[in-house]
Amino acid sequence: MTTSAAEAVLFWCLAPLMVAAAVGLLVVRRAVHAAVCVVGLMISVAVLYIANQAPFLGVVQVVVYTGAVMMLFLFVLMLVGVDSADSLVETIKGQRGLGVTFGIGLLVILLSVLAHTDLPEAIGLTTANQEGNPNALAEILYGQYALAMVVVGVLLVTAALAGLVLTHRARIAPRLSQRELSSRRVAARPGALLAPPPAPGVYAQNNAMDTPALGPDGRPIEESVSRVLRIRGQARDAGEVAGGREAERLTAGHDHLPMTATGVVPPAHPAPHPGPQAPPALDAVEIEDLAAEAAESEASE
Amino acid sequence: MAITNYLVLAMILFALGTTTVLLRRNAIIAFMGIEVMLNATNLALVTFARIHGDLTGQVLAFFVMVVAAAEVVVGLAIIVTIFRSRRTASVDDANRLAG
Amino acid sequence: MFGASLAPWVIVVPLLSATLLLLAGRRADRWGHWLAVAASGACLLGGAVMVTGMWRADPAARQALVSWPTSGVAWISAGDLRVPLELRVDQLSVTFVLLVTFVGFLIHLYSVSYMAHDPDRRRFFAYLNLFVAAMLLLVLSDSFVLLFVGWEGVGLASYLLIGFWDRVPANATAGKKAFVMNRIGDMGLLAAMALLFAQGHGLGFGPVLAGASGLGEGTATAVGLCLLLAACGKSAQVPLQAWLGDAMAGPTPVSALIHAATMVTAGVYLVVRSHAIFEAAPAAQLVVAIVGAITLLYGAVVGCAKDDIKKTLAASTMSQIGYMMLAAGLGPIGYAFAIFHLVTHGFFKAGLFLGAGSVMHAMGDSTDMRRFGGLSRLLPVTYVTMGLGWLAILGIPPLSGFWSKDRIIEAAFTGVGLRPWVFGLAALLGAGVTAFYMTRLFFMTFLGRRRFDDDVHPAEGSWLMRLPMIILAAGSVALGWLLTLGGGITGWLAPVLGEPQHQEPVIAAPALLAATLTLVLLGGLLAWWRYLRSAVPVEAPPGNLAVRAARADLYQDNFNETLVAVPGRWLTRGLVRSERGVDGAFGGLGRGVAGAGERLRRVQNGYVRTYAATAIGGLLVLTAIVLSLIGRG
Repeated sequence: MTTSAAEAVLFWCLAPLMVAAAVGLLVVRRAVHAAVCVVGLMISVAVLYIANQAPFLGVVQVVVYTGAVMMLFLFVLMLVGVDSADSLVETIKGQRGLGVTFGIGLLVILLSVLAHTDLPEAIGLTTANQEGNPNALAEILYGQYALAMVVVGVLLVTAALAGLVLTHRARIAPRLSQRELSSRRVAARPGALLAPPPAPGVYAQNNAMDTPALGPDGRPIEESVSRVLRIRGQARDAGEVAGGREAERLTAGHDHLPMTATGVVPPAHPAPHPGPQAPPALDAVEIEDLAAEAAESEASE
Repeated sequence: MAITNYLVLAMILFALGTTTVLLRRNAIIAFMGIEVMLNATNLALVTFARIHGDLTGQVLAFFVMVVAAAEVVVGLAIIVTIFRSRRTASVDDANRLAG
Repeated sequence: MFGASLAPWVIVVPLLSATLLLLAGRRADRWGHWLAVAASGACLLGGAVMVTGMWRADPAARQALVSWPTSGVAWISAGDLRVPLELRVDQLSVTFVLLVTFVGFLIHLYSVSYMAHDPDRRRFFAYLNLFVAAMLLLVLSDSFVLLFVGWEGVGLASYLLIGFWDRVPANATAGKKAFVMNRIGDMGLLAAMALLFAQGHGLGFGPVLAGASGLGEGTATAVGLCLLLAACGKSAQVPLQAWLGDAMAGPTPVSALIHAATMVTAGVYLVVRSHAIFEAAPAAQLVVAIVGAITLLYGAVVGCAKDDIKKTLAASTMSQIGYMMLAAGLGPIGYAFAIFHLVTHGFFKAGLFLGAGSVMHAMGDSTDMRRFGGLSRLLPVTYVTMGLGWLAILGIPPLSGFWSKDRIIEAAFTGVGLRPWVFGLAALLGAGVTAFYMTRLFFMTFLGRRRFDDDVHPAEGSWLMRLPMIILAAGSVALGWLLTLGGGITGWLAPVLGEPQHQEPVIAAPALLAATLTLVLLGGLLAWWRYLRSAVPVEAPPGNLAVRAARADLYQDNFNETLVAVPGRWLTRGLVRSERGVDGAFGGLGRGVAGAGERLRRVQNGYVRTYAATAIGGLLVLTAIVLSLIGRG
C-alpha cells in the first residue's frame, strides 16, 4: 500500500526536520538547545502518528512527551544550570570513533534487516479504527491488557514516589533564624565594622574620596576610603593632609587627637597584607583580583 | 510513497539516538538520546500496526510511553541527586566503578 | 573356674592406682609409693591365685576366656570387624602374669628405697603401675588389637621411665630414641594386623591362629615378618636394637623391670603366641632364628667392651633375648624353652640389675666399672646375690640359667643340613662370650684392687633393697630346677604351644653339655686372666679396632644415621623442595591470573559511555551473527 500524496508531502517535510533535530541533539553545545531539538522531534513524531492512523497516540505523545517529559527535562536543566555549555571535545580516547562507527553500524544492520524482510502488503487501520481510534484502543487496553494497565499504574505511582525519595534532601541541622545568622556573622568577624563605613573625607577643605574619615577617637578609618583607591595605592594619609595644621594644634594645646599627638605618621601606601583594621572578609586573593581588575580598567582607559 | 519510509526514518532516528548516548557527556543530553531511541521505536511500532492492521502495535507504543515516563522520573531524579552531591552532570565524572 | 575372673582386676587395679597417683599430685607424695606397692602386691596376689587355681584345675580346663564387662559386648564393632574386650587366661599368659607381678612387686619394693630421695617418687611409681597394667594387658589380651593397646602402653611407660630424669637432655633423648625405634616396630604390628584382618578371620587370637594354616605361605610369611619387625622393636633385636643401651638412662629399677625382665621379652611373647603363623611360614621362622642368632652374638660382643655396668647388662639382655628369639625361631621344639629362658632370665637379670643398682647406690650413681673393684667386703649382700646371678647367667649347673640355656643350645643343634651347625655354633659361641663379659663385669666390680676415690664410702642399702635382691637370687638359683620338676614348664605350656617332639641334636647331648661348660670356663678364665690377674687400668686403654667397634655398639648409631636418618633427611628435603616447586607452579598460576586480571582491570575504566559502547558493540556482533545465520538458512 502506498500512502496518499498528501501524506508523502507531510512525511518529506517532516522527516528531514526530524533527522536534523536528532543530529542537532548530537552536536549542539547547550543542553537547552538540545532540549528544544528533542521537543521539535517529538512534536514531529506526534504528527507522524496521526498520519499513521494513530490519532490517540499522537495526542498522548504531545501530552506525555512534549508536555510532561520534556518539561521535566527542562526543569532539571534549570536546576543544573540552563546556560551550562557542554564541551564537545572528546575526553575518552577512541570513544568518538567508536560511537560513530557503532551508530553507523547499527543503522546498516537495521536497514539490512528491513531490506531482508518481506513485509506484507499494508492493510491499514481503517477497519480497526471504525469505532474511532481511542475506542478501539480502549477495547484492547482494558480487555486484553487490563492487568498490564494496572501494573503500569503501579509502576507510575512507584516512579513518582521514587522521584520524591531520590530528590528528597534530609535536613540534618535545624533551620537557622535571622537572629542566629546575625550573631554568627558578628562572631565570625570580631572587631570588624558592623555598621556601614563612614564616608571618606576628613576635612571640609579637602573633601576628597582618597582621604580617610576620622573616627570618634580621632584615628583615621582606613576602610572609609574606597577599596579600589586603596588597592591602587591612591589613598592619602590623614596625616599627610593634616600636615602643618597638626603642629598648630599641638602648640595651641588642643590635645584631643591622640593619634596626631604622637606624631606617628601612618604609611603612605597600604601594607601588602591587610592589617588588623582591614575588613576580614577581604582576603588576599580577593584583593589581588581587585588589583587585577583595576589594572585592566586602567589599561582599557 | 512506500510505507516503509517510516521504518527507515525510525531506524535513522534510533541510530542517531544511540550515537548521542555514546558521545554526549552531559547526562541529561544522553538521557534525551534514550528518549529519541524510544520514540523511534514507537514510530516503528505504530507503522507496524498500520501495516498489519492490528492496533496491538499502538497499544505497545502506548505502554512504552508510560514506562518511559516513569523511567524519566526516576532517571532525572538520579541525575539531580548526583548533581547535588558532585556538582556535575557529566557521566564521565561518575567513574568510581573504575576497576 | 580357677580364678580366671580375676584377670581383669589385675589390670584394672594398677591402672586405677596409676591414675590416682597421677591425678592426686603432690598431695599423694607421702603415701603414693605405698599405694603403688599395694597395687602391685594385689596383682601378685591375683596372679598367684590364678596360677594355683589353674594348677589345681583339671588339665583340660586350664584355659579360659574372660570377657569384660560381660560376654557379647563388642569393644570395637565396625562392619565385619568385631573385637570384644576378652582376656585369654591360659598357661602361657599366667606364666607371664606371675613373672610380671612377682618381679614387678619386688622391684616396687626395691624402688621405695632406691628412689627415696627423689622428689618425683610418686610419679615414678605411677609410671611403674601404669607399666604393670599395660604389660598385663599385653599378655592377657585375646586379640591383636587389645595386645596392641598393651603394647603401646608398655612403650609409653618405657618412654616415660627412660626419660624420667628428663632434666638431663641426654635422658630425654634416650627416651625419644626408644620411643621412635619402638614405633617402627609398632608399624610392623599394625601392618600384620591389617594383613590378618584382610584374611577375614577377625583379629582375635583364637580364630586367627586356628586359621593360620590356611593363610597361604606368602601371606603367612608377610604377616610373620611384620610380627617379627614388631618383636624386634620391642625386644631390641637387630636391626632395631640401638635403643636398649641408651634406655639405661632411666632409673635402675626401671632397667631391671622393663628393660631386662619383662617388656623387652614382649617380642618373644608375641612370636611364641603367634607360633601358628610362623609354623605356616617357614621362611619367616628362619628369619626369626637368624635375627635371634645375630642379636645374641651382637649383644655379647658389645657387652665385652663396655665399661658401664648398666650398659654391659643391657648388652647382655639383648644377647639373652637373642637366645630366646633363636629358640622361638627353631619351631615347636624351641617355644617352651624360649619361655623357660625368658622366665629364668627375668629372675637372674632382674637380680643382676638390682645388684647393679645397689652398687650404683653405694658408689654415688657411678656406673664406670673401671672405678669399682674390691666391693665384695663392703657390699656383701650385693656381692653374694650378684654372684649367684652371675653364675646363673653363665649356665653353671645347677643354677637356673643352666637349665634353660642349655636346652636352647641343645635345641639349636637339632635339624638337618647346615642349620644346626650355624645356629648351634652361634649359641655355643654366645655362651662362651657371655661367660667372658659377665665374669669381667663381676670381677671388675667386686674383686681386685679398689679403684674408686677415697671419699666414696660404699654401704649396703636398706632391707627394702636387700630383700628383693635376696629373693631374686634365690630364684636365680632354684627356679630352673623347680621348673623342670614333674613335666616342667614344657609340659605346662604344651597345651598352648603344642607338644615338642623330641629330636636328637647333631652332637650328642652330653658332649654338647661338656662343650658348653668348657667354653664357659674358658671365657671365665680369660676374663680372670685379663681383669683379675692383671690390674685393670682406671682409664680405658685405646684398644684395638674390634674393641673400639664394640665400645661404639658396633657403630649401630652411625649405621642408623647413615642408612636411615641421612637418606630420610634427604627425602624430606627433596619433598620440601618438590613441594616448593608445586607451590611455585600454583603460586605462579595465581600470580599469572592476578596479572591478567590487573591488565583486564583497566578495561573497567568506570566510564559509563565505554560500557554502553561495549554493550552496543556486543549487540552489533550478535545481531550480525544471527543475520548471517538467517541469511544462510
